[in-house]
Amino acid sequence: MSFDDFLSLGPLITLSAAAVISMLLVAIRRNHRITYAFSLLAYLMAMTAIIPAMLFIPHTIPPLLVIDEFSLFNTGLILVSGFIILLLSYNYFEEREERKEEYYLLLLLATTGAMVLVISRHFMSLFLGLEILSISLYGLIAYLRARERSDEAGIKYLILAALSSAFLLFGMALVYAFTGHMDFNGIGDALRQTGHLPVTVMAGFAMMLIGVGFKLGIVPFHMWAPDVYEGAPLPVAAFIATISKGGMLVVLIRFYQDIHGNEYTMLWWVLAIIAVASMFAGNWLALRQENIKRILAYSSIAHMGYILVAFLSGVQTGLEAISFYLVAYFITSIGAFGVLIVMSSSVQDAETVEDYRGMFWRYPWVAVVFTAMLLSLAGIPLTAGFIGKFYIVMAGVNAHMWFLLFMLVINSVIGLYYYIRIIAMMFKLPDTGAGSVIKPALPVAGNITLMLLTALLLGLGIYPTAMMQLIQQMMKMIV
Amino acid sequence: MILLILLFILLGGALLSWIAASRSVLLSRWVALGALLADLVIILQIWIAHPAAGTQWIYSYRASWIPHFGISLHFSMDGLSLLMLVLTFFLGALAVLISWKEINTRVGFYHFNLLFVLAGITGVFLTMDLFLFYFFWEMMLIPMYFLIGIWGHENREYAANKFFIFTQAGGLLMLLSILALYFIHAANANVYTFDYFDLLHTPMQQSTARWLMLGFLVAFLVKLPAVPFHTWLPDAHTEAPTAGSVILAGLLLKTGAYGILRFVIPLFPEASQYYANLCMLLGVIGILYGGMLAYAQTDLKRLIAYTSVSHMGFVLLGAFSFNELAYQGVVVQMIAHGISTGALFIIAGTLYERIHTRNILQMGGLWAGVPMMGSAAMIFVMASLGLPGLGNFVAEFLILIGSWQASRWLTVFATIGLVVATAYSLRIMQKVFFGSYTREEQLPDLNKRELLVVVSLVIVILLLGLYPQPVLNTSQKTEQKTAYVVR
Repeated sequence: MSFDDFLSLGPLITLSAAAVISMLLVAIRRNHRITYAFSLLAYLMAMTAIIPAMLFIPHTIPPLLVIDEFSLFNTGLILVSGFIILLLSYNYFEEREERKEEYYLLLLLATTGAMVLVISRHFMSLFLGLEILSISLYGLIAYLRARERSDEAGIKYLILAALSSAFLLFGMALVYAFTGHMDFNGIGDALRQTGHLPVTVMAGFAMMLIGVGFKLGIVPFHMWAPDVYEGAPLPVAAFIATISKGGMLVVLIRFYQDIHGNEYTMLWWVLAIIAVASMFAGNWLALRQENIKRILAYSSIAHMGYILVAFLSGVQTGLEAISFYLVAYFITSIGAFGVLIVMSSSVQDAETVEDYRGMFWRYPWVAVVFTAMLLSLAGIPLTAGFIGKFYIVMAGVNAHMWFLLFMLVINSVIGLYYYIRIIAMMFKLPDTGAGSVIKPALPVAGNITLMLLTALLLGLGIYPTAMMQLIQQMMKMIV
Repeated sequence: MILLILLFILLGGALLSWIAASRSVLLSRWVALGALLADLVIILQIWIAHPAAGTQWIYSYRASWIPHFGISLHFSMDGLSLLMLVLTFFLGALAVLISWKEINTRVGFYHFNLLFVLAGITGVFLTMDLFLFYFFWEMMLIPMYFLIGIWGHENREYAANKFFIFTQAGGLLMLLSILALYFIHAANANVYTFDYFDLLHTPMQQSTARWLMLGFLVAFLVKLPAVPFHTWLPDAHTEAPTAGSVILAGLLLKTGAYGILRFVIPLFPEASQYYANLCMLLGVIGILYGGMLAYAQTDLKRLIAYTSVSHMGFVLLGAFSFNELAYQGVVVQMIAHGISTGALFIIAGTLYERIHTRNILQMGGLWAGVPMMGSAAMIFVMASLGLPGLGNFVAEFLILIGSWQASRWLTVFATIGLVVATAYSLRIMQKVFFGSYTREEQLPDLNKRELLVVVSLVIVILLLGLYPQPVLNTSQKTEQKTAYVVR
């Protein structure tokens, strides 16, 4: 391993080392604050380590890893999101759990897994990253053991994730059996020479799709999402919604580009059907939910469907759109979960729509933040979500995918209903008498974080140019 | 630059009045009123300086916004925009005045929303960039949603949701069309831009143009509203607070008409001609159907809401007649309807404040108690039924002359609409103000503030009816241009 390799992998190495050190720290002395501060430091250092890594791009570490602008951008996105989730976590766990320190350890590990995913270009590293991520998540989801639904969520995720990993492995084996390659480029070249998709590879891709689809939470592999979102601690749910899905999506994009997925119409159609099904299932099922965590789960299913529409466009605008949308979606989701976190009391999470009745009149700033997040999810102007959706529609129009776009439009309208239902609830005049049970914690750190997220959301909504240029430049390298 | 200032005064006023409310509610109201009056003064000065709009574009402002997509902050004002802005600020100021006593909860946030929706409308009337147009188009929805949803009447949430979802659905279809147009233009000229002037005269196949035109048209027909997309309107109008109804009827509906005149016809002239008969038919159906439904209502605000459907049918009929007379009529109709229907909603609102019902069966004989309100209502009811000497007559007369040249049969049916209008308008007077007085309590008549509002409306509707020439002069250039495009 050369010095260049070492610097290029800086963020990854920093974070893995931090995981080990924090384990030792816990062994020496259990102290929530120290572990928390150390984890924050670790994220900051990993973020700083991106800067030297930029000197060497594009840099390949054969055969497993590739560090280019695309992967560094996504590494940065993951690290920043992880940092924000961490900021929101402290008070949440301080109030709830006796043994809080291992949470940070697992969070560091899970983030490491996602970072491996975004730099991988080989089946081995893909699987490695995926498993680091999944196994940490088993622990994270069931972290608050005392709570009613956390075991259910944890076990559900454990069994299904293990099963889907098995499918993924089998799929990889089939692809390898036919092409003789495990690196993405090699597979792509081998398939090019064949000229079509043989049945073995088709079956392999299908099985891999199960594994990938599970992580992304797209129909028909979405069943776990609402239960896990509901049962997991709120910061973990935010992590699953953003970093876990984002990491998988990035590796999927890379794989699809490297094997020239657009040339195989069969693959396109399968993904198109999944996209439409995800949009409809997500939005329809969210309509009648009373629990905001479940609403967010279903809405994230629908959002993955939107992203797939851009994915299928197969034009450069589409990839740019995905990146932009991911950034917007990360900010929005973490923001929405952040609101749930600061509004939750130590006794109970603020999770039903009813808990938010009249919130605007009691906690106007939090309500404004939540409104902004929900409007961004719905894709209303002045927010990042609007520009993101606009970008996706633009990619779709560019690729003449009218049918998919109509589906997207119909779904945006359906989606509006449940977002504005929550907003309407917040702006209702509070009932006199039946006061709310929940006394929100409203920690200072959480509030400041939410402010920053909102500023970012509006900033991207009003002046998206800088981010667009960054993404555009980065995507030139990929295509 | 002056155009940006108009917008910034509204947005700044919105924020200021929200902040001011924490000190004093009264201050918040004055800030809102002040911002609107400032805008009104500016726009009136512009109007006086450019009475005939000799140059086509009075002011333009352009700055790059998202160069990556070819999106710019491009605002331009011609005669049509100018007139619409005068209407916007005038009705906006009145909306603040009539909320003075009606709105007592969350006053700061209320005025924030009120000014924000007006800012969105101002943006719609000014922008010459299609992306920006969509942006403002959506931006005016949310504050309107809050206005209805928070300060409305009993069934407000249902109405607010319905309003929001209907308009959003239409808007998204328009977005698809805008983007398709953008890419077609880029494929032809190899320039990626959303600029209105660049996108004009984009050559494309007729079948494509028809689809794209439909995308725009749906958004505007929903807003207008035309039958069968009108069902959100009665709910939204009925449940909104008075000022909300005034803004909905007076301004928001006009954005639909403005969109047809500014975008649909110039961007897709051939496709517009292809669909002209259909659109005119929808207009006539709206005139008759809206009028008949209005006659059947017992809720005063709902009744007035349906008259809007009927009146906006004339706009649709005129817009697709493709001649200058009809266009002049359309512009006058937009203003006259804004004034007369706004005034009727204000009267309904002041009545509601006094007797707490909107059911016209429970009214009757009110003239004796509130003669000033009665005479004001009389004037606007007469305007609504198209009495000569008042603004609506000029408008409908011009539209009918114009559409006669386009389609005789449809014009005949549209004229029957005037008879229907007479029936429902007189019914308002009969049920509310005539008959025997059954109430025991004494009702207070219009106070000074309300009188100021009503009298200024009366003056405007009279001026519009007796001497509409300034309005016609100002908008003439736009109309000639639109008519010319189609020929």
